[in-house]
Amino acid sequence: MSSFEKMHLLGIRDLSRDEIETIIRTAETLKEISDRDIKKVPTLRGKTVVNFFYEPSTRTRMSFEIAAKRLSADTVSLSASTSSMVKGETLIDTVRNIEAMNPDVLIMRHSMTGAPHMVARRVSACVVNAGDGRHEHPTQALLDLMTIKAHKGRIEGLKVSIIGDIANSRVCRSNILALTKMGAHVTVAGPPTMIPRFIGCLGVGVTDKLDQAVRDADVIMMLRIQLERQREPLFPTLREYAREYGLNAKRLLEAKEDVLVMHPGPINRGVEITPDVADGPSSVILDQVSNGVAIRMAVLYLLLGGKAA
Amino acid sequence: MKRIVANGTVIHPVSERMEKIDLLIEEGKFKAFLSLEDSGSLKNSGTAEIIDAGGLWVVPGLIDMHVHLREPGEEYKETIRTGTMAAAAGGFVGVACMPNTHPVNDSRSVTEYILQKAADAGFARVYPVAAVSVGSLGEQLSEFGDLVGAGAVAFSDDGRPVSGSRLMRSALEYARTYDKPIISHAEDLGLSEGGCIHEGEVSAMTGLKGIPSEAEEIMVYRDIELTRLAGGKLHVAHVSTAGSVELIRQAKARGGRVTAETAPHYFTLTHESVAEFDTNARMNPPLRTAEDVEAIRLGLKDGTIDAIATDHAPHSVIEKDVEFEQAANGIVGLETCVGLTLQLVRDGVLTVFQALRALSSNPARILGVAGGTIELGGVANLTLLDSNAQYKVEPEAFFSLSRNTPFGGKDLQGKAVMTILEGNPVRIKSVAR
Repeated sequence: MSSFEKMHLLGIRDLSRDEIETIIRTAETLKEISDRDIKKVPTLRGKTVVNFFYEPSTRTRMSFEIAAKRLSADTVSLSASTSSMVKGETLIDTVRNIEAMNPDVLIMRHSMTGAPHMVARRVSACVVNAGDGRHEHPTQALLDLMTIKAHKGRIEGLKVSIIGDIANSRVCRSNILALTKMGAHVTVAGPPTMIPRFIGCLGVGVTDKLDQAVRDADVIMMLRIQLERQREPLFPTLREYAREYGLNAKRLLEAKEDVLVMHPGPINRGVEITPDVADGPSSVILDQVSNGVAIRMAVLYLLLGGKAA
Repeated sequence: MKRIVANGTVIHPVSERMEKIDLLIEEGKFKAFLSLEDSGSLKNSGTAEIIDAGGLWVVPGLIDMHVHLREPGEEYKETIRTGTMAAAAGGFVGVACMPNTHPVNDSRSVTEYILQKAADAGFARVYPVAAVSVGSLGEQLSEFGDLVGAGAVAFSDDGRPVSGSRLMRSALEYARTYDKPIISHAEDLGLSEGGCIHEGEVSAMTGLKGIPSEAEEIMVYRDIELTRLAGGKLHVAHVSTAGSVELIRQAKARGGRVTAETAPHYFTLTHESVAEFDTNARMNPPLRTAEDVEAIRLGLKDGTIDAIATDHAPHSVIEKDVEFEQAANGIVGLETCVGLTLQLVRDGVLTVFQALRALSSNPARILGVAGGTIELGGVANLTLLDSNAQYKVEPEAFFSLSRNTPFGGKDLQGKAVMTILEGNPVRIKSVAR
């Protein structure tokens, strides 16, 4: 079995196909722990994991925390509102102080692209990117791949469409990188104002027609419309967005019969996805959340020197 | 005091000649050009100080027409003293400093302050560029007449570009009286808003918000057209895109009074430098694509771009050792410019004469200041270059107070050994900051 030699998990960009497969395989074996009566193994006992969130998060933060606890690591959480950032301390100074307390893993979310990369160059702890600006969210892509694989048995050759605010989505960027590395055919769709002009360089197809993206898709990933972005001139109104790019049951009929509908959450019901689809038989949205814990367990385990499955 | 710059190869970039002669300097001016035989007796007479330029190029003193000296207001980044030391170390006898200081240089008192500080330091001439508008706020023209009287050589709202077309037109018209150029930092702020790198493959890959080339080109086009409407002289600062080069080329072909500069980083680096979030690769305008680099090089070659200026922009770790999206724009350039420019000569892009014109005679002509040539009776400003010197860029050794360069560790060939300012060798090596 291949080993995992990365010091940090900063982005899918840095991972090989082998490494992606290793993480997913390891997650598959660790998943069973969460189904036990006593959901805890001693693997990471004595290790300290710091959850360092400069941006609000429910799902990701909780998922990392549960993952660390199921492996018996000690966890500490730090958020922007409680950290010294509000007192004007720079990121580097905050991180140096955390470093002085000798944590083993720093899980970091930050509103600015590249912030975890900057931190990783300065600390001896392992840094895990839990979302940086509009750049990457690698564990989200990994859990998405794990979910697809669990339902489809493979990723290679699948037709995956990602729909929504492509330009502003780190989930999308990491998924594009991961899916194309694994041999899926990725199409991104959304209004042209939400699609970066040069996204084609990542090896994806591009369309501004929802129907075209849905047709014959094996997997449809809907992205959250960030309501705060309405201030920017990206789309006229939520109503128009829902009509033009919202996924509803009628539109879903164009996809393959066994299509998977995914969403990284939190969902805006009635905007990018109708409730009947979000809760319908094709939806694997809650599977994604369950797999998230397993993926994050695998990442922590592998970064801290665990043997790959 | 008589001085002889002896044994060097004198290069005349304008007339494109190289000759082995000695230069006799007296009272700050070129007094005589001496053949080696004529020179011998004078040297032996002991009445002149000999400056040995053996193995060196002796060229007109270099002029950097776009720097930020940060004083007054941000002396922790650079002072006029350290900035002019960096200039001298980089081979420059003169620098034109942009007005975006605190306070903004929109008044006689700030202009005089800068000139006084520069004279006190004595390392290089400083040519103040005054603000187009009061406070560079884009509302009211600053007092061009009084500022020219105080020593301003040009007008610019660099860093806070003139958005209003009406104001830009007025500036071009009003400056005609004083025959001074308006230097345009061409950026459509509405279009570039929030951007921190070039809009292209790297911005798509990183999610960093992009600045399209068009943000520059729209304003280059606007300012060219306004110059046609208003008369006056336009100088386009830090050209970074292929489209801008083409617009300027067309304007010049039509006889427009337009000149332009670019900076070494725009003919050396691409936006790929940003892929790992090096804040020293963040500048405005941003590093562009390989095609843009090629177009900039061609623009220098065919004379569309007149000058190479560094846009020397010192920042401390406070502005640069932060998240990429938070980091300040700009890099220091004075002490790497010669090496990077001579690389263009070695790459066969420019002749030695073209490169030196871009660094001396053309900026002198655009700014209307002395120098840029070696001629009898002219001001004795010289730069002595060792074109063979090979070295690694060591930011720690910079005379500038700031170290923000993406070229640290880069191997360069060719550097300035000495500058001579108005007949006097500039000595910086032994001076404490």
